[in-house]
Amino acid sequence: MLVDSPPEQRAETAPAPPSKRRVLRAAGLPVSVAVLVLIVLASIAVGAKDLSLAEVWHGLFHDSGTYGDVVVGERLSRTVLGLLAGAALGLAGAVLQALTRNPLADPGLLGINAGASAAVVTGITFFGVTSLTGYVWFAFAGAAGVGALVWFLGGSRGATPVRLVLAGTAISAALFGYLQAVMIMDDAALGRMRFWTVGSLASATTGTIREVLPFFVVGTVLALALARPLNAMEMGDDTAKALGANLNRTRALSMLAATVLCGAATAACGPIVFVGLMIPHIVRSFTGPDMRWILPYAAILSPVLLLGADVLGRIVARPSELQVGIVTAVLGGPVFIFLVRRRRTAQL
Amino acid sequence: MKTAKNGTAKNGETAKNGKTAKYVKSNRAVRTPGGLSLRLDVRAVVVVVLLLLLALAASVLLIGTGDFDIPAVDVLKTLVGQGNAGQEFIVNELRLPRVLVGLLVGGALGVGGALFQAISRNPLGSPDVLGLGQGATAGALIMIVLFSGSSAQVTVGALVGGLVTGLAIYLLAWKRGVHGYRLVLVGIGVSAIVTAVNGYLMTRADIVDASRAVVWMTGSLNGRDWDQVWPLLALCAVLVPLVLTNGRALRMMEMGDDVSYALGVRVERVRALLMVAAVLLTAAATAAAGPVSFVALTAPQLARRLTRSPGPNLVPSLCMGAALLVGADFVSQRVFGAEQLPVGVVTGVLGGVYLLWLLVTERKAGRI
Amino acid sequence: MNRLTAENVTLAYDQRVIAEKLSVEIPDNSFTVIVGPNACGKSTLLRALSRMLKPSRGRVLLDGSVIQSMPAKQVARTLGLLPQSSIAPDGITVGDLVGRGRYPHQGILRQWSTEDERVVQESMAQTGISELADRYVDELSGGQRQRVWIAMALAQQTPLLLLDEPTTYLDIQHQIDVLDLCAELHEEQGRTLVAVLHDLNHAARYATHLIALRDGEIIAEGAPKDIVTADLVERVFGLRCQVIDDPETGTPLVVPAARKGRTKQENEQVTKQAKAVATGAS
Repeated sequence: MLVDSPPEQRAETAPAPPSKRRVLRAAGLPVSVAVLVLIVLASIAVGAKDLSLAEVWHGLFHDSGTYGDVVVGERLSRTVLGLLAGAALGLAGAVLQALTRNPLADPGLLGINAGASAAVVTGITFFGVTSLTGYVWFAFAGAAGVGALVWFLGGSRGATPVRLVLAGTAISAALFGYLQAVMIMDDAALGRMRFWTVGSLASATTGTIREVLPFFVVGTVLALALARPLNAMEMGDDTAKALGANLNRTRALSMLAATVLCGAATAACGPIVFVGLMIPHIVRSFTGPDMRWILPYAAILSPVLLLGADVLGRIVARPSELQVGIVTAVLGGPVFIFLVRRRRTAQL
Repeated sequence: MKTAKNGTAKNGETAKNGKTAKYVKSNRAVRTPGGLSLRLDVRAVVVVVLLLLLALAASVLLIGTGDFDIPAVDVLKTLVGQGNAGQEFIVNELRLPRVLVGLLVGGALGVGGALFQAISRNPLGSPDVLGLGQGATAGALIMIVLFSGSSAQVTVGALVGGLVTGLAIYLLAWKRGVHGYRLVLVGIGVSAIVTAVNGYLMTRADIVDASRAVVWMTGSLNGRDWDQVWPLLALCAVLVPLVLTNGRALRMMEMGDDVSYALGVRVERVRALLMVAAVLLTAAATAAAGPVSFVALTAPQLARRLTRSPGPNLVPSLCMGAALLVGADFVSQRVFGAEQLPVGVVTGVLGGVYLLWLLVTERKAGRI
Repeated sequence: MNRLTAENVTLAYDQRVIAEKLSVEIPDNSFTVIVGPNACGKSTLLRALSRMLKPSRGRVLLDGSVIQSMPAKQVARTLGLLPQSSIAPDGITVGDLVGRGRYPHQGILRQWSTEDERVVQESMAQTGISELADRYVDELSGGQRQRVWIAMALAQQTPLLLLDEPTTYLDIQHQIDVLDLCAELHEEQGRTLVAVLHDLNHAARYATHLIALRDGEIIAEGAPKDIVTADLVERVFGLRCQVIDDPETGTPLVVPAARKGRTKQENEQVTKQAKAVATGAS
């Protein structure tokens, strides 16, 4: 209903022969991991003060409190957060796209960003929260609350992809109205929110990471476990039922996984959009529609984009930096458009 | 449940019209001896009339609302030229243009949204999602933040921003024809980039400019006068009839490119024409009132659910958009006081809550 | 000269060439059926004949003019198409959908004439869906839905009608119903029909003119009686068979050779082809 298969796309346009694709996607995984490691090292080494690899090594494994070691320590927590949040966004996006059978689905679509933003602005204006760590719990509660509300209004047990999307859109509409109303009436909230909403890794501390880590772990395990049921569901409700999948349970768990992952990521870094939409979309183009491949790839490649963008943001605006959310979109947007153009049509 | 409901409707008509009209459930054909025939969907007509009445009632009440309250009767009198001088000034110079801008912007956004959703065959393919709103915002933000521009300059900036974004999306999505799906995806990509630029501009602005920008970004009708009305009215007067004459072709296109082409619709030409019209309407509306949130996205969905008929529902979407915006403006002024909250806040809340309510009731009624 | 012809057309999707220098004439007042193995280009040919696909070289002529250069609605009043994939809009009723077939006959001031209404009634009666008129299309079974689409193509009232696999999704009774309907349209109303069919026996029974395609080339064309032989079936489909007379109609009837009757190599060949088809389709 949401996704009409366009007429020009037929069996004639099968991308790569399946056997070739199988080799590629198996070989791609170690390559992706290697790229991720490089990006992680770069993320620790690059910044207002560039470090040599030796300094990075020293800071990581022989921390003796030198200036370099302190820098490494700070950048390490931001890198770890980037890794976690990136993976979470990628996984959540992939799960949501499969759940809604809509390749345009992203965490923002189900109202999760709106929920987190509305809760944070509430915290700032009405509860006087000022510290970034203080936002975390508000954001998480907001995301989780809206996730649950969308699930309920989307029809809970009788939820369909279209209803979920519409419910998410409707709630977002209402919450953004509220958000803007508060920002218009309260300059202090506007002052803070305009930085929070672009999304940044700069505020990461080991404390934040410790707080959100359990959610990342639970969400990731849940998402990976959903690969097979989601595969069944992508072929349509009837086929999925015929294959013996439990639709309601899969839907409920998918919503839960996506909400937990996105909620945690948004709580820790602000609403970073687009990673969760773009990476699963790209991954799907070379793995084919198999969640067992899409999920691991999304979990590895999303932090590549997020951390890569973060590193770039530190380089281009030295000695200050550009927020990661901005760079992600400016960097990812053209790549995304290029990919959309190159392929005949987007398939799901 | 659907069948039960239609069953009763059908029986009623069969009794009246005999066999011939049996299958066209709620469609009535109006024919003249000269061979002219028009097709009307009764339910859609009722919906349109009700929405128009609602929009007009809200307009009259809105004109009566403000520092000086004017009773509805006096408003009507003044509008037909029977009021006293003081009322005439307030109504004709201050409040009428604002209401007209509201009606026009709402209508333009409603039609623009319906067009985009029909072309992309996706309820999410609205100008908000495609990045037109963001593009206009970028234009406006550049004027506000970098040049501290006047409101006229901001309007021009928004118009240029919206048009450039629309053109960019169309060109980037063009590849021997614009495929609806590619259009949405490219639009999302463009939208993400422009949103990021907007976010950057916001973080670079000083707080005064930033609050001005937020008000603009929310969408507001405050201080709109005849200067905004005329260009918008002229544009709508040209584009809306153009769009409506192509409405039947657009309805055929719902059935896929092959079928509509086989039926004699020049698919690519109609699509290009309607895209241009939709971009112009949206950009002009956004330039006049800011990217009033969610009207373009919710109005067509609401209209469709009320008329319960397939098809782009262009006229109902237009009326729904106008009613939604003026109604929201009325609510915002009544509830929060004259200049407190810009209308975009209320359209978001109102449209969102209404859509939710429809979702819940439809679920009870067993539709969807 | 026949009304619908293709002259030396090269048909391609992007870079993939499906057929080269193909020339086809659709005899007027014939029931022409195009047959061939999967991916032989038969649907592509039909798309070219119905102007869905523009030939990269050569031209398709309708009544002597290049089909792409003619006004879209004029073509749509002459030539109808039932494509393989079509989307029923959400929440549309059968009557409304069939009514949409009248589009090429309508204008802004002539949206729904009594003629339109009569034709829609007639088309629904012919396809046996009159009772479904008020039902929602998305509630129907696959077979019913297919008949609705056929009714829509009929409502277009074109002297030429092109059908891309009209019997897919139908059970055997409805397949025959649809083909009987086609035969009736052809015999009683004198329409020219072109259909792509999977079932060779159906093709042989109903077609007045048969075109056998393989790898984008015409292997044979003519009346089924004249061209359907065991040799042709083997050349086109790679299948050994007997051709006997259909006891009902006397038309050729293809009876595939039994598995045991085939040589080992032939059986391997068949398995290999089946596999190729299966992976190609995935």
